[in-house]
Amino acid sequence: MARPNLHRGTVLDGFHLDDVKNRGGMATLYNVSHPDYNIPMLMKVPHLHEGEDPAAIVSFEMEQMIWPRLKGVHVPRYIASGDFSVQPYIVMEMIPGKTMLQHIPDLPLPYDQVVDMGSRIATALDDLHRQHIIHLDIKPSNIMFRPSGEAVLIDFGLAHHDQLPDLMQEEFHLPYGTAPYMAPEQILGVRNDPRSDLFALGSMIYFYTTGVRPFGQIDTLKGMKRRLWRDPVPPRKLRADYPPWLQEVVLRCLEVKPGWRHPTAAQLAFDLANPSQVKLTARSERLARDPWTTVMKRRFNPDITKETATPARMSAQVSSAPVIVAAIDLQEGAQETNEAVRVTAGRLLASLPSARLACINVLKLGMFTIDSTLDDEGHNKHVDRMVGLRHWAEPLKLSQERLTIHVLEAIDPAGAILDFANNNRVDHIVIGARQSIGIRHLLGSVAGKIMSEAACSVTVVRPPRAKTFETPAETSPELASVD
Amino acid sequence: MLIAIFADIHANKQAFEACLADVKNHNVDKIVLLGDYVGYGASPEWVVDKVMELVGKGASAITGNHDSAVTDMHEGMNPSARTVIDWTRVQLSLNQQHFLASLPLSIPDGDRLFVHADASAPAKFRYILDPEDAARSINATTAEVTLTGHVHKPAIYSMSVTAKLTGFTPVTGAPVPMLPRRRWLITVGSVGQPRDGDPAAAYSIYNTDKREITFCRVAYDIEASAAAILKSGLPAKFAERLFVGR
Repeated sequence: MARPNLHRGTVLDGFHLDDVKNRGGMATLYNVSHPDYNIPMLMKVPHLHEGEDPAAIVSFEMEQMIWPRLKGVHVPRYIASGDFSVQPYIVMEMIPGKTMLQHIPDLPLPYDQVVDMGSRIATALDDLHRQHIIHLDIKPSNIMFRPSGEAVLIDFGLAHHDQLPDLMQEEFHLPYGTAPYMAPEQILGVRNDPRSDLFALGSMIYFYTTGVRPFGQIDTLKGMKRRLWRDPVPPRKLRADYPPWLQEVVLRCLEVKPGWRHPTAAQLAFDLANPSQVKLTARSERLARDPWTTVMKRRFNPDITKETATPARMSAQVSSAPVIVAAIDLQEGAQETNEAVRVTAGRLLASLPSARLACINVLKLGMFTIDSTLDDEGHNKHVDRMVGLRHWAEPLKLSQERLTIHVLEAIDPAGAILDFANNNRVDHIVIGARQSIGIRHLLGSVAGKIMSEAACSVTVVRPPRAKTFETPAETSPELASVD
Repeated sequence: MLIAIFADIHANKQAFEACLADVKNHNVDKIVLLGDYVGYGASPEWVVDKVMELVGKGASAITGNHDSAVTDMHEGMNPSARTVIDWTRVQLSLNQQHFLASLPLSIPDGDRLFVHADASAPAKFRYILDPEDAARSINATTAEVTLTGHVHKPAIYSMSVTAKLTGFTPVTGAPVPMLPRRRWLITVGSVGQPRDGDPAAAYSIYNTDKREITFCRVAYDIEASAAAILKSGLPAKFAERLFVGR
């Protein structure tokens, strides 16, 4: 069947074409409407004429497979698609507003603004990675924000789906991506490591905070390969007031080996949302690039340019690096429970070397009182709690980048822990059960509420059985004196 | 329409029973059996009876190399597999042997082709182990989707319009769309003797409307199956490998 000639006014499978929204290298986007759908929509139509890049077809085939499987707020909603026999297209929800390209004339942007966007993009990437998809083309023109604030990732033409054949991989041995943002392993042809997206996001944060692209604007393959051995100028060299913690995070994203980056997008989002908890290493102090002798050693080190070993399945990589929360009660009488929480958390951490632990204590505020930050003896309660948490975690002997300490102030402790877990993409909460049944009745069970309302796994821990079942009679001084 | 596809049952009653019970949850419209009902396992009579019963109810069945070997002494086979075939011949009734001998080498069905192994020479039963093998088979037919067994490992091969080949190991339970314009070859995995490192019985469901294939795995009583092989005096290695799926 002949392909319809598409223009304003064409009706294709019930979709009314309006103006061309954008004409890109591989496809054209039309504004469309349909009597059955009451939302603004876009139709993406690939370029299939003679002489077009054959990758346009394969990339569109990948999108046809991936789009119907995408879910959630971080991607435009999939509406319909048409196959190649008549006219290939994909119809999707139109996200209002502009892509992140709009900010480029104003770079560098304020740190807070970029960190906020970066954290929302990392959250979107985490969501995508958990749906088995690696984007592989994270760049300003592929990122938008919903009016409600969530980052939306658009264009899946270069994406890799862990559970579908990778047609791009097999068909083209040249790397596909966008040069300034492409991860070193992607340049070497690796398409199944989710940490490639973290590299691209790191390049964007670097660019948006300094106004300079970390690896320049080269797009020859040889020029692109330089990033395998030549480190970028540390941001602090470009902007004297660059926050050391942010340099730490950005340079970690830009590490050549995926294994040296954050293990997951969730962990990167966690760092961007909790700057005071970022463990500073030598990266944060760097003020100059590596000397040429070091660079040359890397240049001629065959291990650097070899393809890195990547996980067999990306889902294994993502699930091996969870964020675990230990909720600790620092009141008198909770030591045994806290020890039990530590034993359980310790077992989880021992089996997952890339997992990280966030220790949380909630400083409960009175609903109607104005709370002093100082206790009766004049100590700062917040600082005391931080010290208490650190002391609790010490026997776990975790390296600093795996451990963070958080004192939350809230009227409702369970609600505060649940909010923390949602905002920080927490995978698992370990919490002690309150020991006294009387108190549990009176105050309600924090653990119980968390169990029933958390979106992640929850382990409720009790101290060893013998201790738990002590009856009041055994501890009663009157009875104790009988013998 | 949903088509359940079973290949390489290999006289494993427990595995086939478990798969048939599992497929009841999917309301399939049709069953296709891709051959190798016998060999290796201890229940050829039961399995062939079951296959005959299913064919009687409308299932399609083709022959595999082990089925051919029962009636054709010239079918090439390694010595231990040959031992089992010789034993199998004694177990099967004449009626059952005639049934196996009557099965076709392949069945075309719309844009699909069902065949036990490489479709470029169905009677040679050549393995499809990599994209080049798949290309040879795809190029020899006009089918858009070829469904095969024989290698005992689930795999999906796809040929683009420019004749480039893609190979992929599917994930259990994750449907893969067979995009139009491309040509596809599937090896569906084995019911009775999986060799991809997962000992669970394997079968597939093909959705003709969505053109999607889903690979299913089913736990079954491996101990009983292995014990039956040993009890029948068949080579112990055919029992042992069931536990590891190799």
